[in-house]
Amino acid sequence: MEQSTREAYGKTLVELGRQNPDIVVLDADLSKSTMTSLFAKEFPQRFFDCGIAEQNMIGIAAGLAASGKTVFVSTFAVFAPGRCFDQIRMSVAQPGQNVKIVTTHSGITVGEDGTSHHAIEDLALICPLPNFTVVVPADATEAAQAVKVAAQTYGPFYIRLSRPKTPLVYASDYKFTLGKAATLREGKDITVIATGIMVAAALGAAQNLALDGIDCRVLSMSTLKPLDRDAIVKAAMETGAIVTAEEHLRRGGLGSAVAQIVAEQRPVPMSFIAINDIYAKSGKAEELLKRHRLTAADIESAVRSLILKKRA
Amino acid sequence: MSPSGQGAKEERINPEASADTKAEAIASPRKELALAPSLSLKEMAATAKKLRRHVITMIGKAGSGHPGGSLSAAEIITALYFKVLRHDPANPRWAERDRFILSKGHAAPILYAALAERGYFPGEELAALRTLGSCLQGHCDMTATRGVEMSSGSLGQGLSFGIGIALAGRLNARDYRVYVLLGDGECDEGQVWEAAMASAHFKLDNLVAIVDHNELQIDGWNRDVMNLEPLPEKWKAFGWHTIEVNGHDLSQLIAAFDEAKRVRGKPTAIIAHTIKGKGVSFMENNVDFHGKAPTPAEMEKALEELK
Repeated sequence: MEQSTREAYGKTLVELGRQNPDIVVLDADLSKSTMTSLFAKEFPQRFFDCGIAEQNMIGIAAGLAASGKTVFVSTFAVFAPGRCFDQIRMSVAQPGQNVKIVTTHSGITVGEDGTSHHAIEDLALICPLPNFTVVVPADATEAAQAVKVAAQTYGPFYIRLSRPKTPLVYASDYKFTLGKAATLREGKDITVIATGIMVAAALGAAQNLALDGIDCRVLSMSTLKPLDRDAIVKAAMETGAIVTAEEHLRRGGLGSAVAQIVAEQRPVPMSFIAINDIYAKSGKAEELLKRHRLTAADIESAVRSLILKKRA
Repeated sequence: MSPSGQGAKEERINPEASADTKAEAIASPRKELALAPSLSLKEMAATAKKLRRHVITMIGKAGSGHPGGSLSAAEIITALYFKVLRHDPANPRWAERDRFILSKGHAAPILYAALAERGYFPGEELAALRTLGSCLQGHCDMTATRGVEMSSGSLGQGLSFGIGIALAGRLNARDYRVYVLLGDGECDEGQVWEAAMASAHFKLDNLVAIVDHNELQIDGWNRDVMNLEPLPEKWKAFGWHTIEVNGHDLSQLIAAFDEAKRVRGKPTAIIAHTIKGKGVSFMENNVDFHGKAPTPAEMEKALEELK
């Protein structure tokens, strides 16, 4: 079964809007795509379209938050934080404003729109900012829960969502816990730590590897900040090798953050499934994932090589 | 998930939200207290001079800071903090207060001087400007200083923030007003014009932008660095009720703020023609004192002129 994380977001916003009159939503002329249009339709007084002006939108969000509102701000991941980084830094991060930046159309699965629309640097920009919490949900179920948690947790949030429908990876009784990795598959030979759409790919890889007797642990690391250090160190200790997988550039995303902890706490061989210092071009999402080696098969072969390295 | 919705309310630690609730109870008695002291124009002029002396002393002592743009805004700040603003120094988070946003965050010293004089914090703190552990940061920091509404210092962001506060006022049916002070050089920033467009679009008649038009920016005269003119016409074209005043004339400033209160359906821009470094002969129109502290000798000379 498949559902897009942005659709889950739009519906959840409406639900939150009904419960909490202090929730306000801003968009920058993309409300139909980000799905904030659902909120706008039901709560026109609490929805502000800021036009194609992301910097101003972030400032308005900060002012509303400073006045007691819980503010959700949406646009494509390529425009926030990219287009308004300094506004996020000074008006939101530094004073720790209660602003929730929820972006859609992240990564290369935007596909045909091409290089300008492939947000593959956003995590590298947002994760270093003090006071920010960063979540990349793995599916629509988790996206809905993460958005609710963000509404309940005071302070700046960045939530990264996707355009296409993606597979549901969690059981129906799954409960998202902020700052905690979800163990989707136990294993003792190696751990794949994945985030966002790569969690489904990691599960696919683990299934195939099991056929060959490779027992692969799969962690869904949906909270990138604060990162679940314990789960990472435990994985390093118990499985002795870690592969990370993300739809983002190699530098500054999940892989570097995990590597930092592994290097400090428990060095083990690692390998990184990510976009390798290059911009993607137009194409179908599946074609691009294949071209940039972000498929289950790519995770599988990374695991096989790393296991050899581990044993050597 | 309705239980979590309820939880959301309880778990929130939003300081403003709680201040909001508390303020309801004390709103009306405070309203009287919060009215500005009734000073004569002459007394206000003396106050502006006093604020200028603070600016020189603070920056001189700190050894760094921005005297030029602080001195040019002395009357604007005096008019606001000693006449126009509805605020309560004893209750800086009062929900009904008028908000003042210093978008040109480098002029923090003039704001700090006014806040100290109005009792937001002890005057002795002014001597600690820019030192480790002081509540008075080099540029405005809302997390550090009582009475500072917004962190600023990276230019161009204050008006957007002001829009957010003005919209919240409308949503919460509060009649407070929002004042944002911008530098003229700051108007080079594109975000200022994004915000100018949005303020008019949202018909924010509770929002006032004041441009401290001293015509100088770090690299020289506005007209040489990046021509802004015709500045009043630009604000008009963006849909603002626009008033030009002599920014060192307190009566003109106060009249403009009063006029802004009567405008309906659009925001008001006050273009305040000022002199950078105003009040200290060797700093006036001297761009070198944009971001340079006076030496001890210069400080002494400046204070002598400001007696």
